[in-house]
Amino acid sequence: MEANTRSTGRLPAAFLTPGSSSFMDFLSHHSPDLLPGNRSLPPLQGAIEAPHGTTIVAVTFPGGVVLAGDRRATMGNMIAQRDIEKVFPADEYSAVGIAGTAGLAVEMVKLFQLELEHFEKVEGVQLSLEGKANRLSTMIRSNLAMAMQGLAVVPIFAGWDVDRERGRIFSYDVTGGRSEETGFASTGSGSIFARGAMKKLYHDDLTEQQATTLVIQALYDAADDDSATGGPDVARRIYPIVTVITDEGFRRLTDDESSEIARAILERRLTQPDGPRAALL
Amino acid sequence: MSTPFYVSPQQAMADRAEYARKGIARGRSLVVLQYADGIVFVGENPSRALHKFSEIYDRIGFAAAGKYNEYENLRIGGVRYADLRGYTYDRDDVTARGLANVYAQTLGTIFSSSGEKPYEVELVVAEVGDTVDGDQIYRLPHDGSIVDEHGSVAVGGSSEQISTYLDQRHRDGMSLAEALKLAVQALSRDTNGGEREIPAERLEVAVLDRTRPQQRKFKRIVGRQLSRLLEADGAASTPTDAPSDTEEPDGGAATATDDTPGETGKPDADASGDSKE
Repeated sequence: MEANTRSTGRLPAAFLTPGSSSFMDFLSHHSPDLLPGNRSLPPLQGAIEAPHGTTIVAVTFPGGVVLAGDRRATMGNMIAQRDIEKVFPADEYSAVGIAGTAGLAVEMVKLFQLELEHFEKVEGVQLSLEGKANRLSTMIRSNLAMAMQGLAVVPIFAGWDVDRERGRIFSYDVTGGRSEETGFASTGSGSIFARGAMKKLYHDDLTEQQATTLVIQALYDAADDDSATGGPDVARRIYPIVTVITDEGFRRLTDDESSEIARAILERRLTQPDGPRAALL
Repeated sequence: MSTPFYVSPQQAMADRAEYARKGIARGRSLVVLQYADGIVFVGENPSRALHKFSEIYDRIGFAAAGKYNEYENLRIGGVRYADLRGYTYDRDDVTARGLANVYAQTLGTIFSSSGEKPYEVELVVAEVGDTVDGDQIYRLPHDGSIVDEHGSVAVGGSSEQISTYLDQRHRDGMSLAEALKLAVQALSRDTNGGEREIPAERLEVAVLDRTRPQQRKFKRIVGRQLSRLLEADGAASTPTDAPSDTEEPDGGAATATDDTPGETGKPDADASGDSKE
């Protein structure tokens, strides 16, 4: 039977086994070598030099959530890439932004997108937002061995919760621990500065327009103080990637839209380099 | 008892084919038609949850008639095949031709292996292209053969009768509303020539729409959108159907060519007629 299965070109048994709706489960049975977590690295001295993505920020507003990222990837103190994209749609109602080792992060996102799409196609319904967030947790945890070698991937997951009808943000740590954030969150090397900026600018009745401006302000402040985060690059027309998720689904701001906001911010910073001031009391 | 009867291979195969065909004929028919902006799947299905049509990949849709557990199994196998292929190579490298081949191999092996009972299913795998010329529709009967179809295809119970009806009336460049109307007409014809009404709630309709901005072109048409499209047929050529407003001149031509099928209709009828056993 086994020989027959191989010689005829029919779908192998693993393809037709009912049960799991998870693509990762299927992969672990059929071709485990393709799963990112199944690779083992030889023990190394020191860190591996690979491009790292930097700052990701997220903000909720009534009606949705905004997720944005800068465009820089660094390798040591060199800029590896100026126009890297670190914010991706995960499915129609969610997005994921990734800081950490760029190569592994992009692979993780690709598998995560596929995992959600696969479930949706097999089951005919989407996973709940919590379910999606948990799947991402599992994927980060499977990367723990790599993280110990300095190849960590730390994402932020944001989405529109169709059942609760609000935007939600989940942040992660390197071990796959997941926590829901209220209001705003940031990850990556510039996250401390971005968080400081957001803390002062955030209030819970932002409009979508204000929320997109807020995230670019926060990324500007991160770039201001963190060498690994890239600010708006006017000469090369490289601006942060800003995505908005509402009940209408995922939308990425066009280059024109994000450049307009970034230019307005730059204009103001010419007279006020530290950005908008918050009230003292 | 102890010595089995000799059964000639021809007879054994004929029996198996008969068995599978009977199983398929018990299910309701469904049709797959090309229209100007893509491919539409129409079938009668009282269930809202158990689908006959589903998405396999970005541009690929799947339709099946016959035994539910068997085609559901093949459907999931197809989704896994497509997702694995897209993950290993690229999304563009997943094609309906490749998938149809794998299905044909699977069905053929099961059909000719004496240890297994033949699958009582007939599948359609369709891929929408960037233009009408890029559209591909494959019909996969129970025995592992594969038929490259154009224009329209019917599978299930009274498929021969329905596809003859469709071949005579289907034209290239129909609007979605027109194609849907034709499909419902074809499905509502009884085996004995009578007509019966199929209410909109019992219709399952899905499209592969090449004009959809998203990467995934498969979309179910349900509820208000479906009844709007069905009503648009009734009013013949009212511009209520947004995606087909450019097709209005064709709408007028449709009635004219109804009795005299165009050049494209005839050869298709012959081709699909030949391929049927």
